[in-house]
Amino acid sequence: MRNTLPVIIAFLAGIAMVISFFFNPERTVLGTFQENLLQWVTIVGGFTLVLGVFSIVRVNARAVSRRSDGWFYKLATVISVFAMAIPSIMPTSANSAFGKVFYSIFPISWAGAFGTGPDSIYDWLFNYVDSPMMETMFATLAFYIASAAYRAFRARSAEATLLLITACLVMLWRVPIGEALLRGIDVRIPDYINMFVMNGFNLSVQRGIIIGAALGMASMSLRILLGIERTYMGKG
Amino acid sequence: MKKILRSDIIRIVTLTLFITGFFAISISAQTAEDPIFRTDRIAIFVFLLIFSSAVLLYTNWAKKGKELFVRKIPGIAAVEEAVGRATEMGKPVLFIPGIADVEDIETIAGLSILGRVAKIVAAYGTPLSVPVRYPMVLAAGQEVVEQAYLEVNHHDAYDPDTVRYVAGEQFAYTATVNGWMMREKPAANIYMGAFFAESLLLAETGNAAGAIQIAGTARPEQLPFFIAACDYTLMGEELYAASSYLSREPLLLGGLKGQDFVKLLIIIAILIGIILALFNVGGWYNDIFNVS
Repeated sequence: MRNTLPVIIAFLAGIAMVISFFFNPERTVLGTFQENLLQWVTIVGGFTLVLGVFSIVRVNARAVSRRSDGWFYKLATVISVFAMAIPSIMPTSANSAFGKVFYSIFPISWAGAFGTGPDSIYDWLFNYVDSPMMETMFATLAFYIASAAYRAFRARSAEATLLLITACLVMLWRVPIGEALLRGIDVRIPDYINMFVMNGFNLSVQRGIIIGAALGMASMSLRILLGIERTYMGKG
Repeated sequence: MKKILRSDIIRIVTLTLFITGFFAISISAQTAEDPIFRTDRIAIFVFLLIFSSAVLLYTNWAKKGKELFVRKIPGIAAVEEAVGRATEMGKPVLFIPGIADVEDIETIAGLSILGRVAKIVAAYGTPLSVPVRYPMVLAAGQEVVEQAYLEVNHHDAYDPDTVRYVAGEQFAYTATVNGWMMREKPAANIYMGAFFAESLLLAETGNAAGAIQIAGTARPEQLPFFIAACDYTLMGEELYAASSYLSREPLLLGGLKGQDFVKLLIIIAILIGIILALFNVGGWYNDIFNVS
């Protein structure tokens, strides 16, 4: 039963989604079923968040208690989890039962600091700590691209040289000064790059990969629906 | 052989007739103002029938013992080699099942490969680390890895924190995994699933940490990054084939052959389209494939 039930659920849910794609959702029960199913995914996802918090706290708290390498960073992680979560779930007024109890202990002037609204602790941490850190990480991508491009474009063989020349042309074409330079040599060069390199070789290869991936995706979905592929459940 | 073929054809024809009948009844019940059946999607429906029939036919043949040839995919073949290297070096293996949620088919493909990798890792006694971005992937990943350890009779070596939740934010996740790579210096990094802007950040850091790297994704825009920074890259469909390939189970390989057959049909359809377009008579043919 432990093996069969998930396969039956996967089959029924999958088939319902496939059939509903071919029917008008407003005229059949399948439309509502599809909507309900997607809502259930969100609800189950919400519950699993507790698992995530439990995992992050357990792994990091263990490292802190063992004083393993970089334990203070792990301590910062655990503190950050609660620093973001606790103020955001605290009541923002004394209207609810929990709010009344809470604000009988703490002054009501603190209400603005809780919840997720503007100027709350959560909002402040998100705007001034979380977002800048994320943006910094994203910005470092430019340096990673430079080092990867250096390795990829080294002209070690005829193919690599061809790649290097094509990449240089495309990079030049993508910046205004480069485009002006290329137009200076011959006014048709940017159009040729667009037509042959981007809409020719590049697009055809991309479409080939996309068609292959779509077929692979459909084949895997079919294997899952029919219960042939069960490795994603730890079976088989 | 003829017997097998005949019984399969009878089954497929029966199934097709049943499904077509079902849809014919639906179409007859619909009105022009408020249709039940989406006739504008009929081409997809026909394609779905052909595709499903091909996959089922080959799966059935595989079940009956027909030998199926599957070309060698170096990236998948390298997985065992990478785990072996990690075992020799006494270093961990890092596996990332993408950064999308479990409802993404690429993540499911990643989890399927994780099951195979975990079996090899469990058999060799090599440490494995699987950081994930979504709690649902955490639950599924833990189940997959635990089952793999059970199947090779090494359940006592299973650590529930092998699969661990790291962060819900894309770059917080990346920063944590990159930090771990630089500290622990894993011998093998395996990236299989859906990746976005973090693909190069992860792969370049893994390269700097000196790990052998195998990546697989169905997103064409991330492939160049993986190709530049990894030793092996599975492109598009190879990601979905990896689990079947690693298992060598005839039933799963049958699905791959069915997929290849449909690919052949698509190539023929493209060639017909090219010829018709060359003679400027392909309008009607083009309309068949136009789906809203």
